[in-house]
Amino acid sequence: MLTKRIIPCLDIKDGRTVKGVNFVDLRDAGDPVALGKQYAELGADELVFLDISATQEKRRTMHDMVLKVAEQVNIPFTVGGGISSVEDVDDLLHCGADKVSINSSAVKRPELINELSAKFGSQCIVVAIDAKQIEGEWFVHLAGGTIPTNIKLFDWAKEVEERGAGEILFTSMNHDGTKNGFANEALAKLSSLVNIPIIASGGAGTIQHFADTFTIGKADAALAASVFHFGEIPILELKNQLKNKGLAVRL
Amino acid sequence: MKIIIINYGAGNIKSIQFAFQRLGFDAVLTNDPEEISNADKVIFPGVGEASSAMNKLRQTGLEVLIPQLKQPVLGICLGMQLMCNHTEEGNTQGIGIFDVNVKRFSNAVKVPQMGWNTIHNLKSDLFKGIHEGDYMYLVHSYYAENCNQAIATTNYELEYASALENGNFFGVQFHPEKSGKVGEQLLKNFIKL
Repeated sequence: MLTKRIIPCLDIKDGRTVKGVNFVDLRDAGDPVALGKQYAELGADELVFLDISATQEKRRTMHDMVLKVAEQVNIPFTVGGGISSVEDVDDLLHCGADKVSINSSAVKRPELINELSAKFGSQCIVVAIDAKQIEGEWFVHLAGGTIPTNIKLFDWAKEVEERGAGEILFTSMNHDGTKNGFANEALAKLSSLVNIPIIASGGAGTIQHFADTFTIGKADAALAASVFHFGEIPILELKNQLKNKGLAVRL
Repeated sequence: MKIIIINYGAGNIKSIQFAFQRLGFDAVLTNDPEEISNADKVIFPGVGEASSAMNKLRQTGLEVLIPQLKQPVLGICLGMQLMCNHTEEGNTQGIGIFDVNVKRFSNAVKVPQMGWNTIHNLKSDLFKGIHEGDYMYLVHSYYAENCNQAIATTNYELEYASALENGNFFGVQFHPEKSGKVGEQLLKNFIKL
């Protein structure tokens, strides 16, 4: 049976992880390669590396990092942040990234999704959507959730599927950082509207939150950062408890 | 031990090269017919769209070369699908090493299937030390039907062939290079064939 995926997300700046990470006995907790390897061994199903420096001059640093991750990590990983052209994606895939995640650049120029899926296949194109619920309606936000648009979440989700996205990574700005649970109502609606996998992001605080997003939110995967980085939720324990609740996980 | 990865411009083959590197083997990327013919082991990768990949195989003469190979050949993902008779993707005629057709999952399930799923009915030396119900990583919208050349099956919407064998030819729908320790075991087994 296809399992629900647990995905730690690492924020990268200038080739180093940002936000503290103190869950493991690593000599260098800022080294994304060592961390990625550790997560793979601890049972993570996939990894996401989000480049938050994402300036032109730092791109080379990111390529080096991707190459090293690909060399050493034996599970799939996605790279996101500042990707805006076919060439960007070509470079990252050549460095060994399995998937890339695009966000603002897709909103600014939706044809990019068509171009990428035609050239590289839908399977490696993740469209990340940051959205905020304002007076009952969900609106897409850009640049890490800081710039509002008048694009409606569910319309945009359908459009990215039609244009060839292989997966949607949905982050609720209302839930992100709260540790009060994922945006399950919106997630369930997304799952009913589109036929590609949905990754839930934003709000993870407890093991029950993960269980809820898979059952109530119908998510295919759940992404989180701090609960994993600070050891609040060990991945193995999370997966064991999800299994006890009757969910399919890889153990 | 000379391991060759057939390079015909198909997607992310770096991962496969790195996976062999982690096992202590150098795998060489090439499309040179002589080098491929003389290798001890041949990997036939593939990510992308079937009809354009098949066109590249025709243009480079690999379509003719691959079925003539005598050493162990392992097709991965689209590589495996192109080794079948026919695929619904782009209504593409395959190389026909595996006597089976490739179809698309229906919209009753999410397409592509993306993630970790279990393998069952394991039949070949390729799965030595790998157990019924072990997990492999898969990303695909099309599947080979279950058939008598299946050496592993997986269930998604229906039971399909997630690995195939015919003589010296092997094919796996999953990505052993991305399937953690179980995937590494399969690559080790392939090297030992």
